[in-house]
Amino acid sequence: MTLLNNEITKDMFEPVVIDSTESEIIAGKSTSFWKDSLQRLSRNKGAVVAAIILLLIVLLALIGPTMNKYGIDDQNVVRQNLSAKIPGLDKIHWLPFDGSENNVDLYKTQHAKVDFWFGTDDLGRDLWTRTWKGTQISLFIAVVAAAVDLLIGVAYGGISAYFGGKIDNIMQRIVEVILGIPNLVIIILMILILRPGLVSIIVAIALTGWVNMSRIVRAQMLRLKSEEYVLASRTLGASHTRIISRHLLPNTLGQIIINTMFTIPSAIFFEAFLSFIGLGIKDPVASLGSLINRGFGVLQIHPYQVVFPGIVISLLLICFNILGDGLRDAFDPKLRQ
Amino acid sequence: MENILEVNDLHVSFETHRGEVKAVRGVNLTLQKGEALAIVGESGSGKSVTTRAIMGLLPKPAGRVKSGGVVFNERDLTKLSDKQLQKIRGSEISMIFQDPMTSLNPTMTIGKQIMEVIKRHQNVSKTDAKNRAIELLELVGIPNPEERIKQYPHQFSGGMRQRVIIAIALACNPNVLIADEPTTALDVTIQAQILDLMKDLQKKTNTSIILITHDLGVVANMAQRVAVMYGGKIIETGTVDEIFYEPRHPYTWGLLSSMPRVNSKNSELFAIPGTPPDLSNPPKGCPFAARCPHAMKVCTEFMPDYSEMSDTHKIACWLQDERAPKVQPPEMIQIGGDH
Amino acid sequence: MANAVERKKLIEVRNLKKHFKIGGKATLRAVDGVSFHIYKGETFGLVGESGCGKSTTGRTLNRLYDATDGEVIFDGENVHGKKSSKELRALNRKMQMIFQDPYASLNPRMTVEDIVAEGIDIHNLAQNRQEREAKVIELLETVGLNQQHVSRYAHEFSGGQRQRIGIARALAVDPEFIIADEPISALDVSIQAQVVNLMQKLQRERGLTYLFIAHDLSMVKHISDRVGVMYLGKMAEVAESEELYSNPLHPYTQALLSAIPVPDPNFERNRERIILKGDVPSPVNPPSGCRFRTRCPLATEVCASVVPKWTEAQQDHWVACHVYDEEYSHNFK
Repeated sequence: MTLLNNEITKDMFEPVVIDSTESEIIAGKSTSFWKDSLQRLSRNKGAVVAAIILLLIVLLALIGPTMNKYGIDDQNVVRQNLSAKIPGLDKIHWLPFDGSENNVDLYKTQHAKVDFWFGTDDLGRDLWTRTWKGTQISLFIAVVAAAVDLLIGVAYGGISAYFGGKIDNIMQRIVEVILGIPNLVIIILMILILRPGLVSIIVAIALTGWVNMSRIVRAQMLRLKSEEYVLASRTLGASHTRIISRHLLPNTLGQIIINTMFTIPSAIFFEAFLSFIGLGIKDPVASLGSLINRGFGVLQIHPYQVVFPGIVISLLLICFNILGDGLRDAFDPKLRQ
Repeated sequence: MENILEVNDLHVSFETHRGEVKAVRGVNLTLQKGEALAIVGESGSGKSVTTRAIMGLLPKPAGRVKSGGVVFNERDLTKLSDKQLQKIRGSEISMIFQDPMTSLNPTMTIGKQIMEVIKRHQNVSKTDAKNRAIELLELVGIPNPEERIKQYPHQFSGGMRQRVIIAIALACNPNVLIADEPTTALDVTIQAQILDLMKDLQKKTNTSIILITHDLGVVANMAQRVAVMYGGKIIETGTVDEIFYEPRHPYTWGLLSSMPRVNSKNSELFAIPGTPPDLSNPPKGCPFAARCPHAMKVCTEFMPDYSEMSDTHKIACWLQDERAPKVQPPEMIQIGGDH
Repeated sequence: MANAVERKKLIEVRNLKKHFKIGGKATLRAVDGVSFHIYKGETFGLVGESGCGKSTTGRTLNRLYDATDGEVIFDGENVHGKKSSKELRALNRKMQMIFQDPYASLNPRMTVEDIVAEGIDIHNLAQNRQEREAKVIELLETVGLNQQHVSRYAHEFSGGQRQRIGIARALAVDPEFIIADEPISALDVSIQAQVVNLMQKLQRERGLTYLFIAHDLSMVKHISDRVGVMYLGKMAEVAESEELYSNPLHPYTQALLSAIPVPDPNFERNRERIILKGDVPSPVNPPSGCRFRTRCPLATEVCASVVPKWTEAQQDHWVACHVYDEEYSHNFK
């Protein structure tokens, strides 16, 4: 690469004073770990879509049941087993919302005047309301599972890791015992002691659902305990509280959030599964699992009774999992340059 | 002497979320048969990337050779397919890396790993391969080789592992051995053993070596020729005597004066101020201008051409231009060949 | 350097031991009976290869690890004795530490201001936010950074800059003694010089005492007044820096110095190297008697049966080797 000599004049060989402190200046805006991660998350299209769907489901769960005048237990045998009909969409015949079954317009044959958006079940109850009420229960379980995780799991794992030694030993042996007992056995015990229903499920989750989180928090904190910045803090004279709250917890928060994102779908599924096999929520209270259970018997004839609650619960589980994956990628420090 | 490997105007870039990082910006190198060429530079200089590009080991899809070529045995390695490169790797050009802990497969015996290389490139029986493996372990100074080929990497110490890695690299008698910081992770007494071994092997097998390092002591110990890299470019190249006793580039001066010497007394180390350039936004002219005490206006505008002090000694610096003021190297590094 | 007779010993280490229990009955004898002293205002270099126990010694000195046996006397006070939390805090202010890995020694979730001010917060050295910020800025400027770095996060800085932030953090509590645990090993060569120059400048300005732990012998010689060489949990030799490098007594020190490659091609071409055979034995099961005997070119029978005494072979030059022990020296030619 040769340069034309007449481009470079003699005066260009004058010395320049270079301020080397300029190279100490950091260009660009400062980004904290959270801002950085949020940016990375927003670039993940799958996670963004999942988050939006989840928000929509939460919204519908809250206002859905109030959108029409039917409650979850308004029975009317006259309008039993009507398939779904949404005014406006009923003209589009390849969508399942035209109120017909085997090309027979049920609404006409049964003289039903009002449209049921998700159809009705064998007792004539509005499935739209029941589905969204059921979703409320699933979301409530989600909140309980997250709370148990955060309150019990984090504290248990954190204490076990921080103090180590004998305390850690004992606490971990207890965890192993809990893990050894199958969840189903515990729930059956609960049902014997309490009535089957939401309360027994919540108690079962509270007894065992936090174990996974405690192990993850313990593993992470054990690793962090010997990190040099924690040693530096100890050298400076930091108290236990300070080390835990300013150094160990903030650096574990990423893992905690991700794990919560995965605990929630398994808790939701746990409840739905129990309701499906009849050990969970009892009629007339609707749960997505019990709805699927009732509709399962007539799956071939009235598929919509399973399909709608099935889609909702599938979306819930899939979206939480995708969001959890997206968060894991966003928090992963290895992706950072 | 014939050139066994040539790197011609190599440009390598990485695509990152911050944009294009120009890691190597026009590097020219020649490696002669039987010699040891050291590439010296600090982190971010592009030395490791250059050798990865030679071997076709750049991370895909982020890294790619933008232009230029690598000529070996009359073929341009950058234009070969992965399959063709696989035939060359391990048999004609070998590479050893810095960390002996992670360079070996922990679930395979040492013997199997050596034999794997031999069987991949040569059509020999299992027994022949085994014998060759034992021969190689002896060559690199591992006692009781017949028993040790049955052992696993975790049963070897760091220095021993590095010897095994050298054995694997030399298994098929390659023409070129690329060693990327081979002794950086080792203790100093083990480092002395390994360097001794490498010099010994080089004499025996006449393999050409490209040695990447940041340690000038290792360079003085092992190399015949040296290329100094900074900011993705080679800023000075010459024989080892020329670089240590007659350096001309201010960065080379900076490197030599910032090292404390065991056999001399310094009151304060010369420290090159500032930090290396950000290659996602490389500076227009000479990459070292921002930290150079002798910088001139032209340095910030134009990249200097190479001027030749001798057949072997080339420098890319505007101070070499006849119009530039005459500058003397700092006193501390004028050691002139005696100590 | 003050006259040796007048110099005050700031740190005295007597027969310090630190053992770790590892699985089953095995014990890792990381530090196994180490004695030395550090004078006020000097830099004491501690060198050795991996597994020698130098880092463990540093961390036991300031009670990051509890000592298994032996004593550390800091300014007349026993560091490991029974102490109230107030006394421990006071000790923490006097002894500080700089760490090796610039990428792990700063909390990635904290701003630079919070990192540097941690000591100020713990010991209540500032009355309000403005004073705290002012102190932080002053400290940053002392280490060659500036005000605009205050609200940034660790990952935005280079290795050398991070080490300087670590130094600012240690200085925030106004310590007397700083343990530098391999502070430059992870830095590029040209950046090492920056950090070392900074440390020396700070020492002159503030009268600091340093324990400089490293494996780079050339750098240790440059920065230290006195140097100690460790091998497998024991101290092999201690002497003044110039003296150690020009007149090494212990065979291990001799081999160590011989192994350093010097950036001088002629010197390298002509030198006679002492190449040690074999590898460093495991600290879980060290050799009997003198631990270096398995690799020592001078080893004889007495080395396997008797642990060498720590003796002052020449003035201010201590060594643990039978060659210099009147009782056994006749065994060696």
